Amino acid sequence: MRRPVRIGAALLGVVGLLASAACSAQPQAITKQTIKIVYQKTDSFTALDKVFQDAKQEFEAANAGVTVDLEPIQANDDDYGTKLALAQRSPDTAPDVFYEDTFKVRSDVDAGYLLKLDSKLAAWDEWSKFNEGAKAAGRGDDGSIYAVPLGTDTRAIWYNKTVLQKAGIPLPWQPKTWDDILAAARKMKATDPSVIPFSMYAGKATGEGTVMQSFYELLYGTGSSLYSENDKKWVVGSKGFTDSLQFLKTLYDEKLSVTPADALDSNVWKKVFGQWLPQGKMGATVEGSYAPSFWQKGGSYEWAGYAQDMGVAQFPTQFGQDPGGVSMSGGWTLAVGAKTKSPDLAFKFLTTAVNKKNALAFDVNNSQIAVRTDVASDPGYQAANPFVKDVSSLVGVTHYRPATADYPTISLAVQQATEAVITGKQSPAEAAAEYDASVKKLVGDAKVMQK
Amino acid sequence: MSLRRRLRLLPVVPSILLLALFMVAPVAWSFYASFTNAALSGKAALNPQWVGLDNYARMLTDSVFPLSAWLTVVFVAVSAILGQNALGLVIALLMTRSGGALGSLVGTAVVASWILPEIVAAFAAYAYFSQDGTLNQLLGMFGVQGTNWLYAFPMAAIVLANIWRGTAFSMLVYRAALSQVPRDISEAALMDGARGWQRLAFITLPIIRGSIATNLMLITLQTLAVFTLIWVMTAGGPSNASTTLPVLAYQEAFKLGDIGYGTAIASVLILIGMVFGAVYVRLIRGAKS
Repeated sequence: MRRPVRIGAALLGVVGLLASAACSAQPQAITKQTIKIVYQKTDSFTALDKVFQDAKQEFEAANAGVTVDLEPIQANDDDYGTKLALAQRSPDTAPDVFYEDTFKVRSDVDAGYLLKLDSKLAAWDEWSKFNEGAKAAGRGDDGSIYAVPLGTDTRAIWYNKTVLQKAGIPLPWQPKTWDDILAAARKMKATDPSVIPFSMYAGKATGEGTVMQSFYELLYGTGSSLYSENDKKWVVGSKGFTDSLQFLKTLYDEKLSVTPADALDSNVWKKVFGQWLPQGKMGATVEGSYAPSFWQKGGSYEWAGYAQDMGVAQFPTQFGQDPGGVSMSGGWTLAVGAKTKSPDLAFKFLTTAVNKKNALAFDVNNSQIAVRTDVASDPGYQAANPFVKDVSSLVGVTHYRPATADYPTISLAVQQATEAVITGKQSPAEAAAEYDASVKKLVGDAKVMQK
Repeated sequence: MSLRRRLRLLPVVPSILLLALFMVAPVAWSFYASFTNAALSGKAALNPQWVGLDNYARMLTDSVFPLSAWLTVVFVAVSAILGQNALGLVIALLMTRSGGALGSLVGTAVVASWILPEIVAAFAAYAYFSQDGTLNQLLGMFGVQGTNWLYAFPMAAIVLANIWRGTAFSMLVYRAALSQVPRDISEAALMDGARGWQRLAFITLPIIRGSIATNLMLITLQTLAVFTLIWVMTAGGPSNASTTLPVLAYQEAFKLGDIGYGTAIASVLILIGMVFGAVYVRLIRGAKS
């Protein structure tokens, strides 16, 4: 009799284990409605968190019985994208409303992560307040709108006036060609060898920063481009690509930028904003229009003097050819998850988060360029920092990344090329040739054009 | 099989079920995904297509994969098989001779790095080798200007870090093994006039060869899987100079969203681990017979 008892006990254990596992996996019955919001939050990016906290209060007060579950992801842009995509893979973890980078919209629409918003937007009276250019950021390949923009940005040269003054460079500084930049940088280096004259990102560590705040300003200023929107093909073999790499090589070889070791540290931008520029150890850098958000009151690197000490200039084209300047734009949107169980409620929350009050708060705190016309004309927005007018005017010369599904891998190939050049592993011509080969391999010969 | 013998297997059923659920299932899924173009985003995320051996064929033309496979071999050979294994044995041998206080001091120092959570050990190693790190400050005291070790010598840095972190395991295994070596055999050899190294080579090592094989297997598999240490210290850089296969698999699957190719690399890694495992299992069997 003893043996069956023992076996029985073991069996009971197995059943118990399985049962407890099964129970814990069972979803709890929904008594009240909950919508889950996923977005990014870091030690230096809390503006969105603030907006969502406010929107949550506003929304819960107006909709009894609804709980807004805020789930910030603490990660940099790249890792945020990965975590968000992983969460989208299962209906159990997919968010109802989420923060989405504009350049990922199309590929995530293809993946079936975003809900089509056309019919909902048609019934929303405030949609007409968004400017037309910005609306395109949320458009999928089928022409429908899938995401609502929060704000946009541009890129410019940010320079420290005191460093330039010491080197005898007349202010306000506006380089007309790439050579003007090199000449000014060499002057700064000669005056004080300890300053970093002109920093431009390179390498894979800074991710999209490397291309958005450095390489594309160069490439799009040569008349070349990454992708031909008309032909829907990727451009390879352009002289502009090699010239752009050569410019970076010159900057790094002559020690006019940060050391390659610093450039390959993913936290280098924190030093640029937090130490080098405020302490007058860096002459200039290429950065986003959101730069003041770090220095203004409540920012992560508060610097009272930034309004007087910093100046902004547009990045010039290679030889000063038309249109004279170049900038890159990105920006973020809010979208509704395709797997949401309560699409109407989720959309309603989205409209609360981007209403005039919240959009204004976000654009001011995060130094974004407004996409709502009523925010853009608000005196509070125009007075947010002294540079709003300068960086907003760059919209006229700006470019957007090709928002195709294969863009992220192409971007990495570009970053790889810059890394190979600044570390001296490859010459600009070799790195460009390897880039061409990678692109052909990634997208296939049919989607590539020689230029 | 008699009913009785079958019933005897019952108590291990739960553990087999758990292993199947948490070990075999993910491995099988990863193996399956490596034959598809599964992705994090884009059309392939919605409907992954069966692509056969495309992902494996791509490895042959990929310029990073061979480099990465080679770096993995170097990393395992130098940091585990040579570094951790030999250093662990030497420390264990020295400790059998040294006194209590010194022995326990050394033991504590070595084990300290091992009990640290991997992420903490990785940050400690980063703080030691980085530009403004401990190593350069120590060198600075002697007026030597150090370089940025993680940038200039990434492989050496991660190899040293892995030796530092993992030696304790080998040391513990060998201390246990050495305590099992019968003293009378060693003493008999001593009487026959065998010198120290002869006693080690012809008496001690043959007796503990089973432990050596077991230890080699465990540390090889552990080192093949090292990710956090490398990711925190160099993130595989500069220019892929320290991208071992786990780092490459992570980059492909999660940075680039190409789950198909990432899992193909992971599958190759599993195969390499199985080959090593099979060799060591044979060694252990040989040692027992």
